[in-house]
Amino acid sequence: MTPSDKPVLDLDQLRARLQSGQGPLYWKSLEEVAETPEFQAFVEDELAAVRTPDWLDPANRRTFMKLMGASIGLAGLTACTKQPKETIVPYVRQPEEFVPGRPLFYATAMTMGGFGTGLLVESHLGRPTKVEGNPDHPNSLGASDYFHQASVLQLYDPDRSQAVLNRGRISSWNSFQAAMMQERERANLNKGIGVRILTETVVSPTLGAQIKEFLQQLPAAKWHQWDAAGRHGAFAGAQAAFGRPVNPIYQLEQADVIVSLDADFLSCGPGNLRYAQHFANRRRALTNVAQKERSKQDIQEGYQAGPDAPLRNQAASHTEEDTSPSPGAVQAQAEGVPVEQITQNRLYVVESAPSPTGGMADHRFPMKANDVEGFAWALAAALGVGSGQTGTAHKAIPAIAKDLKANAGKCVVIAGDYQPAAVHALAHAMNQSLGAVGKTVVYTEPVEANSVDQIASIKELVGDLNAGKVDTLIMFSGNPVYSAPADLDFKSAVQKAKWRAHLSLYNDETSEQCHWHVPQAHYLESWSDTRAQDGTVTFVQPLIEPLYAGRSAHEILSALAGNSGKSPHDTVREYWQTQRKDADFEAFWQTSLHDGIVPNTAAAIVNVAAKAPTAPTQNQGQGMEIVLRPDPTVWDGTFSNNGWLQECPKPQTKTTWDNAVWISPATAQQHGVATGDELEIKYQGRMVTGAAWLLPGHANDSLTVHFGYGRTRGGRLCDELGFDAYQLRTSGAPSGGYGVEIRKTGGTHYFAATQHTQTMESREPVRIATLEEFKKTPDFATEKEADKPVPKYMTLYPDYKYEGYKWGMAIDLNTCVGCSACTIACQAENNIAVVGKAEVGKGRHMQWIRVDRYFKGNIDEPELYYQPVPCMHCENAPCELVCPVAATIHSGEGINQMVYNRCVGTRYCSNNCPYKVRRFNFLSYTDWDTQSYYPLRNPDVTVRSRGVMEKCTYCIQRINAAKIESEKANRRIADGEVVPACAQACPTQAITFGDINDPKSKVAQLKAQVRNYSLLEELNTRPRTTYLARLRNPNPELGGVTA
Amino acid sequence: MKVEELEALEKPAIDPGTDHIVGPGFTNATVTDKIANVALRPFRSTPMVWFLGIGIAFMLMQGLLIGSAWLFYKGVGVWGVVIPVAWGFAIVNFVWWIGIGHAGTLISAILLLLKQDWRTSINRFAEAMTLFAVAQAGMFPILHLGRPWLFYWLMPYPNSMWLWPQPRSPLIWDVFAVSTYATVSLLFWYVGLVPDLASMRDRATKLWQKRAYGLFALGWRGSTKHWTRYQMAYLLLAGLATPLVISVHTVVSFDFAISILPGWHTTIFPPYFVAGAIYSGFAMVLTLAIPTRKLFHLEDIITSRHLDSMAKVMLGTGLIVAYGYMMEAFMAWYSGQFYERFMYLNRATGPYGWSYLMLIACNIAIPQLLWLRSVRLNVPILFMLSLVINVGMWLERFVIVITSLHRDWLPSSWGEYHPTEFDWMIFAGTIGFFLTLMFLFVRILPAISIFEMREVLHHIKHRHEPQPAPGPAHGD
Repeated sequence: MTPSDKPVLDLDQLRARLQSGQGPLYWKSLEEVAETPEFQAFVEDELAAVRTPDWLDPANRRTFMKLMGASIGLAGLTACTKQPKETIVPYVRQPEEFVPGRPLFYATAMTMGGFGTGLLVESHLGRPTKVEGNPDHPNSLGASDYFHQASVLQLYDPDRSQAVLNRGRISSWNSFQAAMMQERERANLNKGIGVRILTETVVSPTLGAQIKEFLQQLPAAKWHQWDAAGRHGAFAGAQAAFGRPVNPIYQLEQADVIVSLDADFLSCGPGNLRYAQHFANRRRALTNVAQKERSKQDIQEGYQAGPDAPLRNQAASHTEEDTSPSPGAVQAQAEGVPVEQITQNRLYVVESAPSPTGGMADHRFPMKANDVEGFAWALAAALGVGSGQTGTAHKAIPAIAKDLKANAGKCVVIAGDYQPAAVHALAHAMNQSLGAVGKTVVYTEPVEANSVDQIASIKELVGDLNAGKVDTLIMFSGNPVYSAPADLDFKSAVQKAKWRAHLSLYNDETSEQCHWHVPQAHYLESWSDTRAQDGTVTFVQPLIEPLYAGRSAHEILSALAGNSGKSPHDTVREYWQTQRKDADFEAFWQTSLHDGIVPNTAAAIVNVAAKAPTAPTQNQGQGMEIVLRPDPTVWDGTFSNNGWLQECPKPQTKTTWDNAVWISPATAQQHGVATGDELEIKYQGRMVTGAAWLLPGHANDSLTVHFGYGRTRGGRLCDELGFDAYQLRTSGAPSGGYGVEIRKTGGTHYFAATQHTQTMESREPVRIATLEEFKKTPDFATEKEADKPVPKYMTLYPDYKYEGYKWGMAIDLNTCVGCSACTIACQAENNIAVVGKAEVGKGRHMQWIRVDRYFKGNIDEPELYYQPVPCMHCENAPCELVCPVAATIHSGEGINQMVYNRCVGTRYCSNNCPYKVRRFNFLSYTDWDTQSYYPLRNPDVTVRSRGVMEKCTYCIQRINAAKIESEKANRRIADGEVVPACAQACPTQAITFGDINDPKSKVAQLKAQVRNYSLLEELNTRPRTTYLARLRNPNPELGGVTA
Repeated sequence: MKVEELEALEKPAIDPGTDHIVGPGFTNATVTDKIANVALRPFRSTPMVWFLGIGIAFMLMQGLLIGSAWLFYKGVGVWGVVIPVAWGFAIVNFVWWIGIGHAGTLISAILLLLKQDWRTSINRFAEAMTLFAVAQAGMFPILHLGRPWLFYWLMPYPNSMWLWPQPRSPLIWDVFAVSTYATVSLLFWYVGLVPDLASMRDRATKLWQKRAYGLFALGWRGSTKHWTRYQMAYLLLAGLATPLVISVHTVVSFDFAISILPGWHTTIFPPYFVAGAIYSGFAMVLTLAIPTRKLFHLEDIITSRHLDSMAKVMLGTGLIVAYGYMMEAFMAWYSGQFYERFMYLNRATGPYGWSYLMLIACNIAIPQLLWLRSVRLNVPILFMLSLVINVGMWLERFVIVITSLHRDWLPSSWGEYHPTEFDWMIFAGTIGFFLTLMFLFVRILPAISIFEMREVLHHIKHRHEPQPAPGPAHGD
């Protein structure tokens, strides 16, 4: 109401009215007396008091907003707390190549087990989020394993040690340095008598040089090395055969026949990624047979020709006019090998516990690990090597020897890292006699800074400690209190050092026993350098400032050398400046950093002659044996606090969060043991209690136990998991031996496994043929489809025509070794939550790509098959049909998409998924509370909350990133431009992804292979992910010898 | 209420046997008294058993409250659902309750149209049971959701994103089928109640009772005009409800039949689900009617005739269900489908074989006793049988949901389902909630249709054939 509208009151009239007595007796306002219409309206409006402001009145609304704004502002002011100071000035000059929102990749390397693997690390706004292999690096060739993948979780682990500790109390780096320098000065007086350094295997040239410099300054000081998972047998074997440490490198791309003497060279140990890739390449080269008579449609759909092919082609012609073979199909055919010429490398494996390598074997002979030596002697004898020892006869030896001889120069015998020296020496001698040296195996100088017998080294240290000779002990990483041989009792020995310090990532069992603990910088936080298995050097460059003020070994050694405060960067750089004096150093430095390798640093090849051993090792024996090994996923305990690796199903057993006593079903039956029964294991007077896991294919009378569990300190995940197998490990028998006794305690243990059914139950998810069968019926993988009652190509609706891209995946089961790197790579890429043992046990693990493991055949000597299963992205996806809110839908490029925001969680999609690849957030699995995990997550992938379904997306974020790039350049995405995380990590390139609309793409050609088949094809789901059937190449002479 | 009237309430009634749908000696006035006084009696003369019963039921109901509060707070992971068994008790209970909720409408609508005059004594009661059972059922799909606060996304409502439900999903059909059924059942029950509410209003002695009944009686005066329109409305509703009896459980069975899972994907599901629903519904009516008639001395209104008829319906539908089981087994064999055969063998002999055997015992073997007239007339045994069938029908849904899911296609993904305490707590809670509602219902509303009983008396008196619908012959 504006003032002008208001009627003017006539005061005279009011007076008259009041005097006349007609007006009200009591009045509140002049308006009331005047009985103005406004007043009447006001009186009659019973809701006046509660009426909201008139929103249409501009003045009122503005006032209201103003007041609201002011009050919010004031409320904000009163709630003020002091904000942390932040620098908010933007980049004045934007760093080169830096575009916010786009990741950058840096080359670096991770050192593990005495070898470095070159990596490319993805960095989002300065935060490393994902690790990939460096294709230029000889140890990686672009692949990575789950340790590399999970190392980034270790970086952000909130349980990492965060402060310098002095006798358990928080101290500072400066105090530590001061204390250390006191020790240093004291040591100076007596040339370092009583000073000891303990490291793990050192391969960093810079660190090696620093230690050597330190030892020069203090000649009486000693350097010891102890790597719990070190390759002690390999070292001793080389010593025995060559009289000096050498480093064998196998060239598996040249090998047609491989004999593994308990060597799991495809999934662990040095060069495993390289070996796996070369092994697969050799295998792939000669087995690819293209499917004939395939229409374009068939190739795109991943369909196979069968008896009803004409029918289907007719159906296809409704949508695809061109049913003649496409140029792509013809080409694929041309690229294949004629059926009669196909061949495949052959792998013999003798081992105690099934390993991924054993799974790939064409002949796998379960054998006690300690009997492998007898086998090696016998094989050597059959090859005319050795010194008259006959070894233990084995039915397969004549055939293997014959096969090896027939392939002389194209074969190799590989001894396992944990086998005794004699086996290694025999393998070296056999390789030499088979003409393998220089062809399938070459020897180089060792790449370690100093190759020593580490068992002797730690023994000597403990001897000195116990003799009271050690005043100062500095331990660089490692956790010897936990991992040193049990007979040495390192824990009590270490107490005798008068001043002890420990540098490590975690405040662990060893830190607890030390005066000083210094948090170590993660490899992604600090400068260093490392060497690949072939000696190639890579600079380890950090991607982030140390999160918890961690220090590297370089810094401590610099300080000891009197260069306190010298950064590791300068240390590494200066070392290399001394190595490359004449070159343009800046160019060399930059190029090497960028490429992730330092050129021309491979170790020199040495020509050595192997000397066959003369006498067997003295550990021959009888009865039940125990085999001690690093754990498949948490290794020697380094990764005990890593949730991804704890939850990664062990390739052999599919158990998580536990170690177990592996035992063969026959032996278990003999002792009345079932899976989960707790066993007391007595070995050499020591005893631990662990639970049994019955593992088909395990050698009889043999137990395998793994290190890395039974931790007491070092992170919240370590405690109360598994048992400590190090308690059974002695310096005399670091890999175990005969004479173990077991007793049931009567207790039982609960294992959380991700797969409970071990066999294929008369279904054929994995299709297998021998090479002979394959030659006879090349389409063995699909021939049975004709018998299935459901026609393959049946739909009421016309097919959707994919005009643009049509994504698909092919997984080659013939090269998949089951290493599970894909699982963890996917977890890292897609922000997949860790759910913990209890939830895994219920069946609620979240991994998007699982590796199914099946046993086939006889329970004692089964064949092992691995099958990675991601989402199939079915053309007729059963999940899409049943979602009530359209939260899972098909994209125009054929991807079965999951819209998290739309999902209400009915879970019908999972019920209707025949592959059960969907994962549900039954609870709030994502850790929303731990701040340190925030930077870990891939910003391109939604973090899921509880109540929503999730599953493999074919890494759609990567597809879209590539699409944006290609659209900017106005071109199609090239083949190989989009690589999902699983395929990128895969060491054997078993997973191929691409556009199946492009007949030249690798995936389309693989789908054109005759071995290509779809999982559960009879359901007419028409999966986009297809498999290439597995081939076996058994030795015909061994027909009946093994399964 | 006079003392002698109160005493009359406590007087045991005599069951007139299977030939009579109502005891002798009833007049319009006495039948009204008898039924209305159950509700109108003073608070203090409520039988102690009633207090005991509602007390237990109310306590059980707290399980629902506690369980669902924790469920909403933590997520569905508090239940035993896992991958591969992503549906568990929630769906089992949903289908079970929906099935129970079939008897009411069947009795009221279909038997009304089929002129089965014996339905009169039990229809009100069965309708209330239907309504309360559907209320329990309706909760489960929401509790079951991973994100229950978004349940309304299953309904088509205009929104700024132009997102609609996905109409190919049977869960959407479910939303419509169940909500329609719930609405029609509520209307049918309420419309049937209106003349009786007016009677209650008129007979109530306390003012608040008069007001309360009067409010819901919608001003019913019993004029001829009222009766004419009422009759029309009631008939129309009966006609509307009849197809729903068939459609609801058919649609519920589609939740399973539409999928590709062996054990779910079968065309026999719709008829066999409907028969099963009626089976369990009648079992539940018996489970509730037998104690009620004892408690409130209604043996001369709910007579042996009623029990006998209901037992016969159970026997008939039970045989249809048995046929369904047989066909499932037969088709598993006859189809030659490897997965179907495996599913059936696994169902009977796998880890959940016990549930299948119990199911066969409860739903097929034991109910064959109903062939015997002596069993049908033996009230305690009939009561026990009704309980057995209730358990059996619950097991049927358990077997369908759990055993089909736990071992499907790829052996690597097989798993097991173990219900947790929260599964049981919420299930028991809905039973408590249901019983609480039933106890309140029999205490405050006329549990038997007064005006229809009077109509029945009228027909008996005049030896007329019963009319297809309640007539206006005797306004209050």
